[in-house]
Parts: sequence; structure tokens; C-alpha cells
Amino acid sequence: MKSHATAILITCIGFLAITGSALSADPFDEPHLNILPRTADETARIVEVTKPTTTFSKVMRFEASSAGAATAQVRRGADAFSQPSRNIRFEDRLNFNVGNGFFRKLWVSSPSSTLASDGLGPVYNARSCHRCHIKNGRGHPPEDKDTNSVSMLLRVSIPAPDDDSIAEIEGYIASLPDPTYGSQLQDFAVQGHRAEYRLDVRYSEEIIRLSDGETVSLRHPNYRAGELGYGALHRDAMLSPRVAPQMIGLGLLEAIPAANILALADPQDRNGDGISGRANTVWSVEYDQPMLGRFGLKAGSPTLRLQSASAFAGDIGISTPLFPNGAGDCSKAQIACQKAPHGDQDPRGTEVDQTGLDLVTFFSRNLAVPARRNPDDPNVLLGKEVFYTTGCTACHQPNFVTHRLANQPEQSFQLIWPYSDMLLHDLGEGLADNMPEARATGREWRTAPLWGIGLTKQVSGHSYFLHDGRARSLIEAVLWHGGEAKNQRDAVIEMPKTDRDALITFLESL
Amino acid sequence: MKRIYSISTALTFVCATSALAVDKAAVLDTYANIAAAKYQDSLVTAQTLQAAVNTLVTTPSAEALQNAKEAWLAARIPYQQTEVYRFGNPIVDDWEGKVNAWPLDEGLIDYVSASYGGPTDENKLAGLNIVANAEFFLSGAQINASAITPELLAETLHEADGVEANVATGYHAIEFLLWGQDLNGHGKGAGNRPWTDFAAGDACTNDNCDRRSGYLIAATDLLLSDLEWMSAQWTDAGAARAQLMANTDAGLSAILTGMGSLSYGEQAGERMRLGLMLNDPEEEHDCFSDNTHNSHYYDGLGVQNVYLGEYIRIDGRLVSGPSLSDMVATTEPTLEFEMRKKLSTTMMALGRIKTAADTGFKYDQMLERGNAAGNALVMGGVNGLVDQTRSIERVVSALGLAQIAFEGSDSLDNPDAVFQ
Repeated sequence: MKSHATAILITCIGFLAITGSALSADPFDEPHLNILPRTADETARIVEVTKPTTTFSKVMRFEASSAGAATAQVRRGADAFSQPSRNIRFEDRLNFNVGNGFFRKLWVSSPSSTLASDGLGPVYNARSCHRCHIKNGRGHPPEDKDTNSVSMLLRVSIPAPDDDSIAEIEGYIASLPDPTYGSQLQDFAVQGHRAEYRLDVRYSEEIIRLSDGETVSLRHPNYRAGELGYGALHRDAMLSPRVAPQMIGLGLLEAIPAANILALADPQDRNGDGISGRANTVWSVEYDQPMLGRFGLKAGSPTLRLQSASAFAGDIGISTPLFPNGAGDCSKAQIACQKAPHGDQDPRGTEVDQTGLDLVTFFSRNLAVPARRNPDDPNVLLGKEVFYTTGCTACHQPNFVTHRLANQPEQSFQLIWPYSDMLLHDLGEGLADNMPEARATGREWRTAPLWGIGLTKQVSGHSYFLHDGRARSLIEAVLWHGGEAKNQRDAVIEMPKTDRDALITFLESL
Repeated sequence: MKRIYSISTALTFVCATSALAVDKAAVLDTYANIAAAKYQDSLVTAQTLQAAVNTLVTTPSAEALQNAKEAWLAARIPYQQTEVYRFGNPIVDDWEGKVNAWPLDEGLIDYVSASYGGPTDENKLAGLNIVANAEFFLSGAQINASAITPELLAETLHEADGVEANVATGYHAIEFLLWGQDLNGHGKGAGNRPWTDFAAGDACTNDNCDRRSGYLIAATDLLLSDLEWMSAQWTDAGAARAQLMANTDAGLSAILTGMGSLSYGEQAGERMRLGLMLNDPEEEHDCFSDNTHNSHYYDGLGVQNVYLGEYIRIDGRLVSGPSLSDMVATTEPTLEFEMRKKLSTTMMALGRIKTAADTGFKYDQMLERGNAAGNALVMGGVNGLVDQTRSIERVVSALGLAQIAFEGSDSLDNPDAVFQ
């Protein structure tokens, strides 16, 4: 009798396992895209056009248009990152503009006459998207004169037992929000509520000596969550500082075939170049399945819609159909915050409804990458050769061709030059935040796209780079690279100054 | 033959360019003169508002409140016509958020109805506002608001919130204090604040009448000083005028950028289309006073009068001079006809909204889902504004200004630039 029962049980398990795998979606499915398959001829052309170049004497065909037909002309002044995809239809510019309206909208506290504009907080990092993503450029750490840390924040999480893992995602590192503060610290609050903290950053300088007598100082940050408004953080709390990333070209990154990204992954470093490259895989509440992570500093978000909704919830305290809690990132322990008036008691259901979220997504998808400025300058070409031959392209993958898409003409079948493989890499102890995110470890970061990087100063008025803006120049950013990129960093330190300068000139031309 | 032909073409082109160069400076001069007149008119009408507000506070009455409301409505007419100076002029852009930020964080200023759009058992939290509290927490900082001064509103509150626009000052803060919340939804009626909200002693309703009066005075004084400042930027020695004149082509481009950005992105998109998509009765610019029809109308008029180089001042005088319209008429008469026609079509559509609203069918009623007539009126305005933007872009090209805002030449249309 007994053995019979066991046999049935085993059969059941076997059956369940089969059903499970048949039903569960492939983590690298792309349900967010309406894909038209490539023809064999197209695939062959793409292989040809994305081969790494070995000729540096002249600019490559298509190279100057960083975002293909979506590339914008280089606008003077701070609006260089504020243009729509060049190939957008005139009629669709209205949606882009209305989306921009949402992006710039100042949210106000509840209750308010403007039902569609209230629901701020109760705790928040900024009153609008644009407040952190100023001119759609990158944020910065607080300067000495700043009284707040708008455009930079601290994420927080605590380690979780393995049963909080997601079974469908191999290698998922379980973590939980801080029991009091949630998954992010907010330094603003609407009237009557306490803010969660003040960001305190102190720097210590380290001099790095380079060839030809050059020196560069790196500032090592030390972060502290000061003036905690709701008591102590959990004793195991891990903090990760993040500046707002630039907003250009995101729709194109979303349209890169997952297969092409995965083809670059080398988790076991089988080619022995010291560089692994791992895909982050995250749970999509939008499609209820695991998906390839693409957005955020650790590729923690699979789609622009989900990323926008997370930012609404965490940064502004605005609910959306994907994150319907009007209290935003307030934890259960923050009772006053939970019980405060929210902006969701009206026909829209959530503080931003589906229409609004779709408009912001459309806007984010179509912020254009400006063209390269002087790609054929001999010094730029020399710098490009240094970039390629030093091995920077092992992670900063120069180009991809996006999917052919039925409903997104702007992003469809474009040869793009983001200089990112969209994968996670260990960048060493110096840059580690020691906070895991989905499959990403505390030492891993997603390769930052480099397109538009040379316009940072023009758009944002500063030249701060990396996840927390610690690097004050491109050369500092390069020198912070450790871990898998240590060899390349050392090569930059040792190469003749003329080559190093050319490398920076090349980066500035992107 | 061919060579001679091309030389003469080149000569004609040079002559035409130099003849235009004279006109360009004159066109910019007209544009700056109109700016000076509009901001001056905004200031004068705000001074009238200030006098009415002072009367309301010193001798509160229904009549005094009504006079203040009328003065506010009159003050909006010249101000809305200045909005076309945004987008193209950085000095205006950097300043605008102080005087016209929208939406307003009304719950931070004064009492709001917790019954509107929210649960009713949270009245206590809705009472946490500046008028009711001399001290309160904002963003973790204890704010001392015992004296409500322009400095408190402009500096302390603004810094506490760290936003580029001040959500507790400007025209809409004054509007809220005069009208109160519009709790009528898509139904008829604007905000209906009782005059006794400013009354002394026992007659005072909704408590803290003295602090409410103080807020109103401080917000009005602040508006006045902001308008004085902007008015000075457009005088002969003003910084905004100097910035505009620094490069004539860039100046002309700034005029057209302002016209296009206000028409398409700001007005057609954010202010009109968005309200229709959200069907929120108060997703309108002058939501407390139900004055949005005028806000839209005078925004549109500002675009038109900048193009034509003709502005009627509040005392009836005409400010005019050489205009973009004159320039386009010499280079491309058919385009000039098209541009004028489109601007007129928009003004007709905005005029229809205004006519309907003036006779009682207000903008918030037009936004109601399923109100076909109202939705059509709003869409008429949107379509006109979108359509005129196409012509504005043609004018930019016709005047040879298409590349002025960009670095380098436009190589992106080269078929070789894009992988197909």
C-alpha cells in the first residue's frame, strides 16, 4: 500500500514539473514587444554590420547616427536630451508632449481640487519626475550648498531567507525591504509627516598616479543616513546610493533582442578574457513572469513601463495600476503615512491611471539620442582605436540592431550604438554597493550605455558619472573601474598620455 | 551661360539677405517692445489687484471680495498673453515657476475639503496647513510660520520643498485664497469661498482669518515684486532684451520657438488634450475661478499678436512695428497667408470655448467624459493649435532658421546615415 502511494506521489511531482515548465514563460521572452521576425537575409546583414571593426582610419558607415533613424540633431544648450525620436510622426509628437507634461507635472498633496494631480507622497524624493531627471540628463550627489539630495537617493534592503527567492529565477538573491523604511529612503514629506532621513555624504581623496607624470584624484564617498525620522534602520540594512540616470535612447534599449544580449553573456568566462557578463533576470509584475532585466543601475527592471511605475511609487509616492498603493514606499510600520489621505479615491482608480502611465512610457521611450559631434576627427578616431584595442568594447558593446516592431516605428529595426552589452559585471570592491538586486550581486552593475555621455556638461551643468556621481570627470570614471575591468583600467593608467587624452576625446564625441 | 546665371543668383541672395538683416533687428525690437508692454500691463493690473486685496483685508465684505476677484480676472488678461515669451527666453523660463506654477499645493496653504475625492475620516490631516498652523513639519524640518511674509513663501517654503517651481505662491495661490476650492465637479459653479473667511472676530469663518489675510497679502506682494522684476528685464537696458538682441537669427528663432512650444507642447498637449484624457474637472489651469477659457484664449492671442507684431494695451493703445509676418510676406507670401489663416482658425476655436464659457458652459463642464459638445469644443482648440504648429515650423524653414538651434549641419537626412 505504502509503496503504491509513493509511486503516485512521484508521478504527480513528475507531472507537475512538466506542466510547470510548459506553462512558465521563458525568462527571455519579450512580451512587451510586438515583434516581426527577421528574415535570413536581415540576420546575415546584421551579423555583418555588428562585427567589431578593426579599421580605425576613418569613421564607419552609420556610426555617426547613434540611434539610427531616431537620432536627433544636436540641439545647443541644455535641451539636447529633450527632443523626440527624429523619425516620430508629427501626430505622435502630441503624445510625446503630453507624456512630457506628466513627466514635468508637479504633484500636490491630497486632498486637492485637482484629482488627477494629487497624491504626492506622503513621503517622497521629488515632486516630479523632471526634478531628478533634470532636462532628462543625469542626476548628481548633493553639493556643499545643497540642503537636500534631490536627484540622488538611497535604496535599502535586508537579506532574506532563501524561501523568499523566486523559484523560476535561477540564482535569485532574496532580499526584503527594510521593515520600517521600505525599499528606499525619502528625504521629503508632505505637511504633517516626518521625512525619513537626510543624506550625508563625506568624501576622502585618493591620488592615482598615471604615466607621463599625470595624477588624478578619486573621491571615495562615505554615506550615512542621517536624521532618521522613524527610528533605526534594521541592523542588517544594506544601503545603495543611486543618482538619476540619463533618459535618452531607452526605447531602443528596450527593443534590443534579448537573444543578442544573451549571446554576449559569458557567466563562466569560458573565453578566458577575465570578463563574465551575466544577464539579470527579474520578475515582471506587468506580465507575471520572469524577464530579462534591462533598466536601472543593476538592470533590475525589465520594461520602461515597469521602471516608470516603480519610480512613480518609490520616488514620488504616486500609485499606478502596476503599483496601486497610494502610500507609495511607506511600510506597514509607517502607520500615519499609510492612513494619510491619498489621491486614488476618484474615477482614475490609482493616482496615475493606465493612460497616464502609457503616456510617460511613450515619452521615455522616445527621448532621442543626439548624433555624434565629430566622429571623423583624427583624435576621436585615435581614441576610438584605444577604446577598442584596450578591450573596453568587451562590456561596452558598440552596437546592436533592434527588433523589427509592428507598432513602434521609431524603435523598429534601427542600428544603434549604445556602447553597452546590457549585462552585469563585477566592477570590484571600490564601486561595490554590497546590495544585491535580483540576480545582481553587491559588486555587479549593468554596463552603463555611453551614448550622449559627452553632452553631460551641456545638459546637466556637471560632469559627474557612475551610479552615485562620485566621478567628477570621464577619466575619474574610467579609473574607478575595478574587478573584471581592472586590466583595462591598468592599461589606461600605463598608456601614453596622448592615447589617454584621445580616449577621453572619443568618449566626449559619443 | 550657366555660370553667369549662378553668379547672379548668388548676388540676389546676398542682397536679399542684407535687406532682411535690417528688418530682423526691427522685428526683434517690436517683439521686445510688446514684451515690455505686456509685463508692464501685468504689473499695473496686479497693482489694482493689490489695492483690492488690501481693501478686502482691512474692510472685509462680500463686495470687497467680489472686487478683488474681478481685479484678479483682469490681471490674468495681459499676463496670459506673455506666456508666449516662455520657452524661447531663458530669463522668462527661469522665473515663470514663481508666478504661474500649476497645479497648486492648496492643501499646504489653507483648509481643503477632505470630502472631495478622499475619505472623510481624515479631517485632522487636512488641517495641517500654513494658515492654520504657526509651526509645522514640512519635509522633516520644523517650519516657523508665525509671521506670514513674502520671504517665508518665497524662501523658507520653497527651499523646504526643493522644487524649481513654487507650488504655494503666484497667481494661483491668490486665486485659491479668493475663490476657494471648486467643489462642483463637472457641474456648474466655481469655488465659493465666503467673504467671512477674511472677517474679523466672531464673524470669521473657517478659523484663522487673520493668517489667511496675511497669506493673501504676502502672496500678492510677492507677485507684484516678481512682476516688477520681469518688467525691468524688458526695458531698453533690460537683460532679457539684451539676450534677445545678442544674435538676430537666434532672437528670431527664440520668437518662433516660443510660439511653437506654447502652441503644441504646452497648450494643445499638457493643458488641453491631457485634461480631456483624464476627464478631471479641475485639470484646467484656472480651476478655482473657472477662468480657464480665458487662460487658453489669451495664451492663443499672445501667439498671434507676437507673430503679427501688434498688441493692444490695457489702455487701448496699439504697440506695433515690423513683424515676423512682414518678413514672411516678403519671402513667401503664400506661407504668410497660411500662417495668418491658421492663427485665425485657432483664435476662432478658442473664441468658441470662451463664448460658450462666458454664457455659462464652463471649461470644467466641457471636460466631462461623454459630453460630446464640450469635448468637441476643446478638441477644436487642440486641432487648431497643432495645425498652426506645422505652419510655424514652415516659417522657421522659410526664414532660414531651421539650423540655428543646432550644432553643426544636418547630416541625418543623408540616406547613408541610417541602416535600413
